[in-house]
Amino acid sequence: MKLKSDVAVSDSGFVFLPTTGESFSVNPIGSEVLQLLKEGKSIQEISNQILDKFDTEPLIIDKDLSDFMEILNHYSLLE
Amino acid sequence: MKKAQLTIGVTGLNAVDNPGSGIPVIRALKEAKSFDVRIIGFSYGTLEPGIYMHSIIDKSYQLPYPSVGIDTLLKRIEYIHSIENLDVIIPNFDAELYSFIKISPKLKALGIHTFLPTIEQFEKRQKVNLNDFGKKYNIPVPMSKVIFTLSESHEAMRDFDWPVLIKGKYYDAGIAYNFDQIGLYFNKISAKWGLPIIIQEFVHGTEFNVAGLGDGKGNTIAAVPMRKQYITDKGKAWGGISITDEALLELTREFVAKTQWRGSFELELMKNKNREFSLLEINPRIPAWIYLAVGVGQNIPEALVNLALGKNIEPYKSYLAGKMFVRYSWDMIVDLKEFERISTLGEL
Repeated sequence: MKLKSDVAVSDSGFVFLPTTGESFSVNPIGSEVLQLLKEGKSIQEISNQILDKFDTEPLIIDKDLSDFMEILNHYSLLE
Repeated sequence: MKKAQLTIGVTGLNAVDNPGSGIPVIRALKEAKSFDVRIIGFSYGTLEPGIYMHSIIDKSYQLPYPSVGIDTLLKRIEYIHSIENLDVIIPNFDAELYSFIKISPKLKALGIHTFLPTIEQFEKRQKVNLNDFGKKYNIPVPMSKVIFTLSESHEAMRDFDWPVLIKGKYYDAGIAYNFDQIGLYFNKISAKWGLPIIIQEFVHGTEFNVAGLGDGKGNTIAAVPMRKQYITDKGKAWGGISITDEALLELTREFVAKTQWRGSFELELMKNKNREFSLLEINPRIPAWIYLAVGVGQNIPEALVNLALGKNIEPYKSYLAGKMFVRYSWDMIVDLKEFERISTLGEL
């Protein structure tokens, strides 16, 4: 799953979809995931990168990441 | 090179809660790169704010209401023209367009240019004809039925689910969830805007608008889509954002090509949860949010004036997406003498 190429993500976590005019706010970790998706990283790569930064279980990260991807898909932010 | 100096008459000076597009049109004309302008404001009421906005309107004249007839309108314009030497007129009200289209050959003979839809285009896109319009040009439109009496609503409602939109011929609409509410809106809207009343299928979704300009030969000269972000209780956009939806732009180009649309227009569309667009309305004029189009790189009023003057112009190819307009209201302090002048002399 890839983030749509025209989705704009600012450093502050403000997300803008120029095709529909919709905008969203995400928290810092959400913003980081979006940036990594923009760089073309796979879900596994993103999961590993987050796991390196936080003291938590891989299962929890995978679940949260999966939920987040569901949300992105729901709002048509994924290709 | 010295820019041409044009005198342009503009209606729609009612910058109120349901604003006409005159003031943003004037703003756009003042920013035109291809000409300088002297603006003549045309008003119908004495409290249209534009009359008193002397920084952007050089002189204002009252026009007779469209219901008075086109001969009276033509005489009034002839009088104004004898003083102001008008080059172009841009009418901005739905209700006056029929009269201006009718007198446009006579205006041209006087040396006054317009760039309006043909009578046929104007009639076909009327709300009462929108179903046939959609069928003819294969453009998805919500189902609608026209009624002339309230008793017809029971028969008409057999084909609809609740709620439905109750719309006036020119303006105004309400959402009705039962027959009592149909009656309420029928009486309210017909008292103000006359008959018939249109019952239209209510489409759930997100509203989008496109402001555009067709050259009358099937070419789209300009098109800027906008998503409404803040909507007043009258359904008017008080804030919006330019977007890039290619499907919307394609639908717009298709509309212009199929109808050979001449002049400015606004398409009102609804996108449902399946991301399909329905065309709710075609307004045959510049919309009140036109300054957003100017702000993102397409000066539609300027292009319209150049087309009216018979110039060949290149279609706009791009615009900035993600730019917002946020409308605001502003109180002016007006001397009673000014109100007196426009009320008694019809000029200011």
